[in-house]
Amino acid sequence: MAETRFARAINQALADAMAADASVILLGEDIAAPGGPFSVTRGLLDKFGADRVRDTPIAEAVIVGASVGAAMGGLKPVVEIMFMDFVTLAMDALVNQAAKARFMFGDQTTVPMVLRTPHGGGLNAGPQHSQCLEAWLAHVPGLKVVCPSNPADAYALLRAAIDDPNPVIFVENKALYAMKGELPDPPPSDRLGVARTARPGRDATIVSYGAAVHTALKAAEALARESVEAEVIDLRSLQPWDEAAVLASLARTHRLVVAHEAVEAFGVGAEIAARMADVGFDELDGPIVRVGAPFMPVPFGKTLEAEYVPSADAVAAAVRRTLA
Amino acid sequence: MKQGPAVPSRARSNGLPARELRALYGRMLLIRRVEEQLGRLFADGEIPGFIHLSIGQEAVAAGVGAALEPRDTAASTHRGHGHAIAKGVDLDRFFLELLGKQDGLCRGRGGSMHVADLSIGMLGANGIVGAGLPIAVGSAIAHQVRKTGAVAVAFFGDGALAEGAVHESLNLAALWKLPFLAVCENNGWGEFSPTDRQLAATLEGLAAAYNLPWTDVDGNDVEAVTLAARHVVAEARAGRPQVLECRTTRVRGHFEGDPQKYRSTEEASAMAARDPLAIAVKALAALGVGEASLQPEAAEIDARIAAAVARARAGALPGMAQARAGVYA
Ligand SMILES: Cc1ncc(C[n+]2csc(CCOP(=O)(O)OP(=O)(O)O)c2C)c(N)n1
Ligand SMILES: [Mg+2]
Repeated sequence: MAETRFARAINQALADAMAADASVILLGEDIAAPGGPFSVTRGLLDKFGADRVRDTPIAEAVIVGASVGAAMGGLKPVVEIMFMDFVTLAMDALVNQAAKARFMFGDQTTVPMVLRTPHGGGLNAGPQHSQCLEAWLAHVPGLKVVCPSNPADAYALLRAAIDDPNPVIFVENKALYAMKGELPDPPPSDRLGVARTARPGRDATIVSYGAAVHTALKAAEALARESVEAEVIDLRSLQPWDEAAVLASLARTHRLVVAHEAVEAFGVGAEIAARMADVGFDELDGPIVRVGAPFMPVPFGKTLEAEYVPSADAVAAAVRRTLA
Repeated sequence: MKQGPAVPSRARSNGLPARELRALYGRMLLIRRVEEQLGRLFADGEIPGFIHLSIGQEAVAAGVGAALEPRDTAASTHRGHGHAIAKGVDLDRFFLELLGKQDGLCRGRGGSMHVADLSIGMLGANGIVGAGLPIAVGSAIAHQVRKTGAVAVAFFGDGALAEGAVHESLNLAALWKLPFLAVCENNGWGEFSPTDRQLAATLEGLAAAYNLPWTDVDGNDVEAVTLAARHVVAEARAGRPQVLECRTTRVRGHFEGDPQKYRSTEEASAMAARDPLAIAVKALAALGVGEASLQPEAAEIDARIAAAVARARAGALPGMAQARAGVYA
């Protein structure tokens, strides 16, 4: 067991994957010599050389499009997009190429690539450097979407994403990069699509992912002081997501809240709520309540952004509402 | 294709030997006849969706295809039947795919705009204008990292030159000295608009801007295309990425059924004078290969196509369960 920062765990997962498999290469803006805008890839150029750790020009369309071609050609590219907001410039490569190549070519090929990208507020980075766009990508058949909440999961899920034969979007919340947590030695291995119970409870279920898991845990602590035991489910993987685990928790608690940092409207929470309103209908003793960001761009100003990002108070209030 | 009757192996100075030119002619004829057949099948409602024919552009596919090795990879376009055939796709499975059948190259999920055969390095036609370039650049990265010694080629139309991804691709290929060849099929048209109304630059100028050698060739002269392609493929293989611009003619409409109200009759007659098959027949005659001696080959091609069409018609339809299972590996 060692205490490791979230960013460091990702670095180690990349290093271990590259050591284990010569077909893993890294591409991204300022990831090689500068070590990455968030220092996630620091030291990897020295370890693995410029052929496998490549600083790219600022050209998201070709970086991601070339990753598709490289993945079809026997490599396992891990491409970094500096801010999730910039995946907008690579949407053809992701949506029309990566997601479809296997299907539309009749199962002839796989596209074993990973796109790592940070999302989320907390840095006052403003409307174009803070968005959580994971729901867009989870909406596209052929893509997988993963979003870890702690260093151990970041390690294990990134290794699993690199080993996965499908294109995987690996979303890292910027606010978590400095977070410390235990990384077991040897580090854990895992598979995609499995949720984790972050805190057990019997009165209500809070489903969450990424940094919002910590908001949900804070809310659960506050609720415990009111003798409400909320169970917090960390989805970890959004596409596919662990429907069975959410349903099993709902079957115990009969109340459901879904909390995420992304805009509430048309989001991941909407999908989970709709599914549970269907397959979990008989289990529900209260309304399914969603907690997400308001329907507006992420504001820059300190007080504005603080109010924008869903708070533990908002999650606790949602639990109280479904229990009322 | 079987060997035809023995032909003299004379070659013009700097030209191809008759045997090679004859094989190229056969390749072009195969593409032409396949597409004529596709046009009929489409008109009769046997091919769903829409199709873009490359009639008039066969010399580019045949010439570049002849310069490639089996290990080389190629990304194609919406007008990609010729590229697929030149790379060597199985004709039965090609027709099965065009008719949307289970045993098609893509199990009936892709159709005309997504014909692919990864086993021979055919990385797929593409329904997105310009999208083949980033994919071929990525394939070239794989060749470079894995030291396969192979070249990746991207075919694209002149209409793609205004797409940002094309510029990003040319820059990256040049920057990283990738084994990459960009082949522009310049037919003067992007859909229903002439390219000079869409592009302020020229490909020559763009190539220069990205420090890429640019070669200009008559894209309807298969001999010229082949000789130019051999040179640029060899250069690309040595890590000197290249741009090859082929001036060619889109004889048909943008898609089958396009009424083409935007085109003049003068253009049609000018194109007829540049028919790549007629040009090759003339060149063969100059080498002592008469038109009559090409007949057995044509008959063989027609029989081959008829058999493929019959198999495609009889092919089973794909099932939804297997299609759904193909979304993820
Ligand atoms: C990104 C994108 N924009 C527009 C289209 C519609 N479209 C299909 S083919 C075409 C013209 C392409 O012209 P060119 O690249 O010169 O190829 P050509 O048809 O002449 O062979 C257009 C606009 C498309 N398929 N993809
Ligand atoms: Mg054109």
